[in-house]
Amino acid sequence: MIASLSLILFCQLGGEVIVRGLNLPMPGPVLGLVFLLILLLTRDRFSALRRGPLRNDAVESTARGLLSHLSLLFIPAGVGVVKNLDLVIGHGIAILLTLAASVVVTLFATVATFLAINRLLTKRQVEP
Amino acid sequence: MSENSFSLWVYLSQSPLLWLTVTLSTYAVADTLSLATHRHPLANPVLHSIWIIGAFLLITGTSYNTFFAGAQFVHFLLGPATVALAVPLYDNRKRVVAAIVPMLVSLVAGSITAIVSVVLFAKALGLPHAIILSLAPKSVTAGVAMGISESLHADPSLTAVSVVLTGIMGAIVVTPLMNWAAITDFRARGFAVGIAAHGIGTARAFQVDEVAGVFSGIAMGLNALVTSLLVPLAVTLLLG
Repeated sequence: MIASLSLILFCQLGGEVIVRGLNLPMPGPVLGLVFLLILLLTRDRFSALRRGPLRNDAVESTARGLLSHLSLLFIPAGVGVVKNLDLVIGHGIAILLTLAASVVVTLFATVATFLAINRLLTKRQVEP
Repeated sequence: MSENSFSLWVYLSQSPLLWLTVTLSTYAVADTLSLATHRHPLANPVLHSIWIIGAFLLITGTSYNTFFAGAQFVHFLLGPATVALAVPLYDNRKRVVAAIVPMLVSLVAGSITAIVSVVLFAKALGLPHAIILSLAPKSVTAGVAMGISESLHADPSLTAVSVVLTGIMGAIVVTPLMNWAAITDFRARGFAVGIAAHGIGTARAFQVDEVAGVFSGIAMGLNALVTSLLVPLAVTLLLG
């Protein structure tokens, strides 16, 4: 479990170093995600990599453990919002309405596009 | 309060232990309630933990910085958790590769809709220019959104507030909306909530369905990139 956590931290560290070093416009952990994904995929090709946290589902179960309480991790930053609510008080209702309407429209636009393109592609595969 | 218990409170309220305990135990209760209601959208554990802890800080007169000294250990795990998303992505890689085209097209459509709709609704409701700029990047994860806000000379703290409010609203409405629209494709449902409501939406998606969680995580990551590029362009075109 400690080895798996170290591997995850190593990936994040590598991501942060490269993102800062090259001034890339993305968060370091996102690049770390890519590194871990590449590690898991190359492990399937080369058995020499199948050791330590990359063996017996070790890093996988640690990662699933972290993700099973993803909600918890947003609480510290979220509480900051409660302390900053005075920022929205003047225009509170208008801001809430704007955000709510935008969320609903965005959800529908994304889901409709996804399904439409998906349908178009499956149709094309069936036709010829 | 007696002198002794007061000095104990002063000691504890300054130590990370108390606030870490408060964070974890409040979440544990909120999550148990959420499970007991079969993950009812309104029993969202993020929403309820936030207001309970917020009220507690307010009543005890504790500053956010003091609270964060304890809660930062939890906050820190956001980075490793992002890296950990590689695992469900790896498990579902065939599904993801097969849906690459619908994902990329709906990424662009969703990202543009998120920005344009918030600017237009805010304009229609008569919000001042400075606030509209701060709301524009609200659909991406807080760190990235605050960066965008800074580059626009908007107010990053107002952006952070709008990011969290957006995430919570998205996490609450997504299940009833998608059920109402009879959408059963969990890839599409997850992807949509990742675009609209970033990490808090992704946390909700993982509660409902693993495939939805994976697609939501991908959407959140890609949207951070696209939104950073699109927001400056959109505000120039729409507010210029």
